[in-house]
Amino acid sequence: MKPLQLLRRARAALGPSGTCAAVFMIVVLVAAVAAPLLAPYNPNAEALLDSFAPPSASHLLGADGIGRDILSRLMFGARTSLLGPALVVSIALLVGIPMALAACWYGGFVDSVIARVFDIVYAMPGLLLAVLAVSLFGPGLVPAVAALSIAYIPFLARIVLAAARQQRVSPYVDALSVQGFGAVRITVRHILRNIAPVVLGQAAIAFGYALLDLAALSYLGLAVQAPTADWGVMVSDETALQQGYWLPILAPGVLIVLCVLSLTVIGARISGERPQPYLLRRARKSAVAAPALTGAAS
Amino acid sequence: MGRLVLHRLGGLLTTLMLSSVVIFGSLYLAPGSPEDVLFGSRQPTAAARAAVAHRLHLDQPLPVRYWDWLVGVLHGDLGTSMVTGQSVADRVGGHLGTSLLLVTLSMVIVIVIGTGLGAVSAMRPGAVDATANAVTSVSVTVPSFVAASLLISVFAVHLGWFPESGVGSGLGGELHGLFLPAVAMAIMNCGFLARISRNALREELQKEHVQTALVRGLPRWAVLRDHVFRNALPPIITAVALLTSGTFASTLIVETAFAVPGIGQLTISSVGQKDFPVVQAVSLLLVAAFVICNAASDLIQALIDPRLRTTRRTA
Repeated sequence: MKPLQLLRRARAALGPSGTCAAVFMIVVLVAAVAAPLLAPYNPNAEALLDSFAPPSASHLLGADGIGRDILSRLMFGARTSLLGPALVVSIALLVGIPMALAACWYGGFVDSVIARVFDIVYAMPGLLLAVLAVSLFGPGLVPAVAALSIAYIPFLARIVLAAARQQRVSPYVDALSVQGFGAVRITVRHILRNIAPVVLGQAAIAFGYALLDLAALSYLGLAVQAPTADWGVMVSDETALQQGYWLPILAPGVLIVLCVLSLTVIGARISGERPQPYLLRRARKSAVAAPALTGAAS
Repeated sequence: MGRLVLHRLGGLLTTLMLSSVVIFGSLYLAPGSPEDVLFGSRQPTAAARAAVAHRLHLDQPLPVRYWDWLVGVLHGDLGTSMVTGQSVADRVGGHLGTSLLLVTLSMVIVIVIGTGLGAVSAMRPGAVDATANAVTSVSVTVPSFVAASLLISVFAVHLGWFPESGVGSGLGGELHGLFLPAVAMAIMNCGFLARISRNALREELQKEHVQTALVRGLPRWAVLRDHVFRNALPPIITAVALLTSGTFASTLIVETAFAVPGIGQLTISSVGQKDFPVVQAVSLLLVAAFVICNAASDLIQALIDPRLRTTRRTA
């Protein structure tokens, strides 16, 4: 397919709001990857004369208490702020998908053991697991990411499981089974392929919430450590807060909100659902999980 | 109903037991021996190290150690703080009241504003609904620490209406100090609850029995109360329970941001001081809060909806 055609199809699939969100995320990604080339300053270069400089031509978003350029810090901060959640979602998918597919395919005992494991992990908020991990292994991005990955496994795996169950009963699975294809081939090559949009969409939404959780941990000083540029670390700027300078805090805060909002919109569009709160899918009750809004605008 | 309560209690205990194994076992996952973890960065004397090793029964097999720990926890003995030497139960107990008040205050705000906003947007399709939808779409992505920083900046530093950190004395002073933290946690949750209650109410409003009731001439408010709202309650209650347990976890962030002396702040400062027994105790408490919230929501739903009074799992 030609690239232009591909773009047009992506735009149609994402819709107007999804396209805006996707463009925004691409801009953020490019800024993160090309930060050393694009950023006007070194993110950690201190210039005390510029302390709390207001936005100007030399500092587009102003400077913080010790004169570090906020725009440069935001660009470099995007690297740690996006890398962490990307790892969390990848690990959670790598572990969660095989577990969900096994539970779906074998059912019975395997299914109930895996469901029980998910129940326990689910009872511990991601934040709590991360705090436990940090108190054992010391602060840093690695323990925080590891703990959050574990916490995100049940969220994603439950979605994969529910979607895979619907496929499991369809005739093509039986047909393949009769032809003698094995469990791995059918589940991975056929079932997983058919549910890929849902999984990808939910992964995008989970990415947004992992970003929030990691930023919160960095804010608390438990994940990314202070001098490093990171959005969560930037929000925790005490001196700016106490002295009434709001831009050094507002800028990373708004950026976090916009990223999560974009990811939610994109995720909802890809998985082909009307946008709805992530929490709905965490709920166990079918009454909550399937809101089936028929003709909502009547 | 009695059977349902027993069944729920059973499930509650199972989850609590299994997660207590995880929380207990996590101590042995850490690099180095458990007493190293417990001492953290401090340099213990040989005698202190031996005392701790003896108190932890490190010469005994793991299941025995777990059993001793569990019996201790059930008797209210959560261990001893490695920093202050106080019993953990006393430290946590002293902070628990403030956190409970904070979570209650936040959830009251969430329930009033969330269901209110959801009801309004369910009843008024069109511009009102669209506006509410736009507001809630954004508010569900505002994390509590960003909200906390902005609220401090505006209402505490610039306007000076509320204290920047800490809480006053007496119930009035405490509520005054807890208001901003409660709002910071409520912003995200209000959006969630508004969307869930809007969807639930909208779905019920479209049912044919509601039309029939209105056509039969029943007063509008009676139809709304008995036919629409009551039927829409189950997903709302489930959401409130989930949000409440989530709010308990958010106290970790918000109490630190506002320097509120609750269990959240205690936990984060204990992590900084490598005071593992305190972290362990609070983790258990938070898991218990999650499990209790879930069980409570199931029981309340059974009270409201007689159809749910069976022991069958709805999962």
